[in-house]
Amino acid sequence: MAARPVASPALAARALPNQWDAIALFLVFGALVLIVQGSRGMTAPLAAPVTAALSLDYANLPYYALRTTLRMFAAILCSLVFTFTYATVAAKSRRAELVLIPLLDVLQSVPVLGFLSFTVTFFLGLFPGSTLGAECAAIFAIFTGQAWNMAFSFYQSLRTVPRDLEEVSRGFQLSGWQKFWQLETPFAMPGLIWNTMMSMSGGWFFVVASEAISVGDTTIKLPGIGSYLALAIEQRRIDCVIAAVVAMAIVILLYDQIIFRPLVAFSDKFRVELTASQTEARSLVRDLFLRTRWLRQVTRAPARVLHRISLWRFEPPPAIARISTELPIPARAFDVIWLTLVAAGAAYSLWLVYSFVGADLGLADVGEAVGVTFITMIRVFLLIALASLVWVPVSIWIGLRPALAEKAQPLAQFLAAFPANVLFPVAVVGIVKLSLNPDIWLSLLIVFGTQWYIVFNVIAGATAFPNDLKEAAANFQIRGWDWWRKVILPGVFPYYVTGALTASGGSWNAAIVAEYVKWGDDTVSAHGIGAYIAKATAAGDYPRIVLGVCVMSIFVILFNRLLWRPLFAYGERKLRLS
Amino acid sequence: MLDNKSLLIDIRDVSQTYQKASGEAGHPVLDGVSLSIRDGEIVGLLGRSGCGKSTLLRIVAGLNRPSKGEVDYLGQRIDGPADGIAMVFQSFALFPWLTVLENVEIGLRAKKVPEDESRRRALQAIDLIGLDGFESAYPKELSGGMRQRVGFARALVVHPNLLLMDEPFSALDVLTAETLRTDLLDLWVEGRMPIKSILMVTHNIEEAVLMCDRIVVLSSNPGRISAQINVDMPHPRNRLDPEFRQLVDHIYALMTKRDDPAKREGLFPGLGLGMSLPLVSTNTLAGMMEEVAAEPYNGKADLPALADTLQMEIDDLFPVAETLQLLRFAELAEGDIKLTPAGRRFAESEVDVRKRLFGDHLLAYVPLAQRIRRVLDERPSHHAPATRFREELEDYMSEDYADTTLRSVTTWGRYGELFAYDETSQSFSLENPQ
Repeated sequence: MAARPVASPALAARALPNQWDAIALFLVFGALVLIVQGSRGMTAPLAAPVTAALSLDYANLPYYALRTTLRMFAAILCSLVFTFTYATVAAKSRRAELVLIPLLDVLQSVPVLGFLSFTVTFFLGLFPGSTLGAECAAIFAIFTGQAWNMAFSFYQSLRTVPRDLEEVSRGFQLSGWQKFWQLETPFAMPGLIWNTMMSMSGGWFFVVASEAISVGDTTIKLPGIGSYLALAIEQRRIDCVIAAVVAMAIVILLYDQIIFRPLVAFSDKFRVELTASQTEARSLVRDLFLRTRWLRQVTRAPARVLHRISLWRFEPPPAIARISTELPIPARAFDVIWLTLVAAGAAYSLWLVYSFVGADLGLADVGEAVGVTFITMIRVFLLIALASLVWVPVSIWIGLRPALAEKAQPLAQFLAAFPANVLFPVAVVGIVKLSLNPDIWLSLLIVFGTQWYIVFNVIAGATAFPNDLKEAAANFQIRGWDWWRKVILPGVFPYYVTGALTASGGSWNAAIVAEYVKWGDDTVSAHGIGAYIAKATAAGDYPRIVLGVCVMSIFVILFNRLLWRPLFAYGERKLRLS
Repeated sequence: MLDNKSLLIDIRDVSQTYQKASGEAGHPVLDGVSLSIRDGEIVGLLGRSGCGKSTLLRIVAGLNRPSKGEVDYLGQRIDGPADGIAMVFQSFALFPWLTVLENVEIGLRAKKVPEDESRRRALQAIDLIGLDGFESAYPKELSGGMRQRVGFARALVVHPNLLLMDEPFSALDVLTAETLRTDLLDLWVEGRMPIKSILMVTHNIEEAVLMCDRIVVLSSNPGRISAQINVDMPHPRNRLDPEFRQLVDHIYALMTKRDDPAKREGLFPGLGLGMSLPLVSTNTLAGMMEEVAAEPYNGKADLPALADTLQMEIDDLFPVAETLQLLRFAELAEGDIKLTPAGRRFAESEVDVRKRLFGDHLLAYVPLAQRIRRVLDERPSHHAPATRFREELEDYMSEDYADTTLRSVTTWGRYGELFAYDETSQSFSLENPQ
């Protein structure tokens, strides 16, 4: 288990949205509208629906699993490139930071599947007649689920590089490039790796959702576990659903053993605390690699080359360096120009969104969207509360028993990574058979996959609860309700908030899939913004998609700022035991 | 006239001010400091925390720029880190993800010194500093003393003319620090280090006398050179040597000397409400008074001896002694601390009497405590938010100092039962918690 979970670093930031958030919001949606309009213009005939020939034969599953996994890694690669550039620019340039960071914050709140609805046609238009466009759309969807989080973590690390190490680098006159690879990236490594892993866990959900999707008349099916599952649902083959679940489970287990654990063990090396950590992360695969002789020899040469590259000086020629330090115009004036440009961009984006949505929809539609978002918000809130009520005591009970916690923790992490949408059809069968109320019973699906974040964070909190405090509580015979209220609940609170916040973010995302579920020709739908967006996507109704995603994002932002961040700040300030 | 060749560093009239958050210039940290460093000497910058000694060192290192004045290195103006000046840090500042060897090499590799040569030189430096056998260890596997040896090797490997040391031994335990000092001095005396001079920052008077050829005493607020003392004793120096003890006593006296004995407030920077106060716990204050009141001191103690008994360094000792002086519980003069009658009474009393006495003195002699109490008395609600006073303080000092000052007065006021403070609402009140 990797030390303590690193929460989204943005949490430490100020709480209430300000003008920068508004500007960022306009920019994001302006850009999305532009993408939609642009791809509409590309009237390249999408001759046949982009569908690969799929079969429900079990023997194909390993191949599909491989394709799904490859998509995952392609997305991670893109996310890393994005992180290294975007976060670095934000951290190094004050002017860029003003815009980029609120932008990131908004992007983080936009539901991932909302992005998918926008971008599918765009990517298809880029590569007409080939599945490459569909692949790109799927990869982009996974990317949007990972990149923001990772970029935030990296940015935060760059801003908190220890001052003495920074001074050493300057004292030895390391160039910007050298400093980036010798100091900044290694320092950011533990946080970045942890965030990458968490994002990747969340990514399985989106990869499954994005492999088989229809936007209006455009239907995409890419070979993968997700589309296998979609086909199984279409043909009502419950045995194939189970096979997909098993395949998914095996893939996640392998990924955990082969990628996750070695990386976390590796990232321990970059922790700055100079004391060796008590719980050293272990990994069988890593130990195996370290024992091999030939394999290590093979990797040595590339490692040396990379090391050489990291020591290139890469300095800008003196002329450019001079220009950037001695601007012809005073910095104030440059600030004014920059801010004017940003404001103009935001205003244009606002106009764009307004005219795009306003062309087809009126105030009543906005009212409807806000109304259904309220329903979903209440649903998310109630279910997180319900899940907390059930899981917090259980997790504390587990966490206080180290032997049990050691076994339960990987299980909870596995369940959090497992894409819950794979199991949704089973629920539909149940709801249809027993004719249950979908508004209530579909709600359960929202937290189905995300409640595990609460579980493993609280287990981690209870495990880390100091022994002397436990002994003191026992010594003074603090029992019953008093023990919960004054001893253990405050102790695990910071961990709980981290988990609940992640769960809440995931639940909003899950709503789009969970409120509108199919089994063959049966469709079960609940009232809520998730169903609203899902229906609009199925119908290819872009103005409604934009409106729905926009309203949902605003709600998510407010939900985070007004509820979770104050709680998080309170927990960090008052209750962090360290 | 000096031989120009032997002049390594020339600091001329350097001043530095801290910038406030608003961007305007805050209070001065260094004020008109001029100093030169020649070949072959160890110069010590001695002063208390906040006297700007580390700032001065960073200006010489090219890491900070002075707001006024200039620094030359071998006749060249310093406007950034220069080749030939290397620094050793208090916190070691090692890269945890690099091995000992890689840490030592980094300065050379960054400069594109060929791999073979940098390897050879790094091994040499590691050998010199006594780290043989640890080349492939990571810093977290090493003890504090070993880590600082890596810090030294890393600085020495670039063959600097001037070695800067920022309190290099103060993060180490007493024994380790002494071993490292001795080893370093041996190398220096034998001329085995590839350096010409050392400029070190310290707040430890004995360390300065033990190591330096010249001690530059800085006064605080703002940092000015208040004395320069040449130390002519040959190495190795003996701490028990009467000449050594005399010099230590002399420097203690210098550092407790006041410009104007009538002005007690001059101890801390700022006047009246704007006085910046150190964070000293009431337990420490009480403990110090008891120690001085008891045998063998009987109310008057020699500061170096007291520091020895209490195992405190001047950075810890002086703020306590000076707070006692501010509160009129003690007098400081010529390196001695002497309890006033009130201080003696405090030391002999029970806890309730102590608290009342402390409260009375706090109210009488600390303007900020007066102000808080008066505002609370005047308001019908007897409540006042802390931000009100914090903002008032920030007119006089930086945010950090304002915070520390308010925190000390809050603690003292709570102990003296002048007022209550509620952390959740961040407000002062007159009511006692139920």
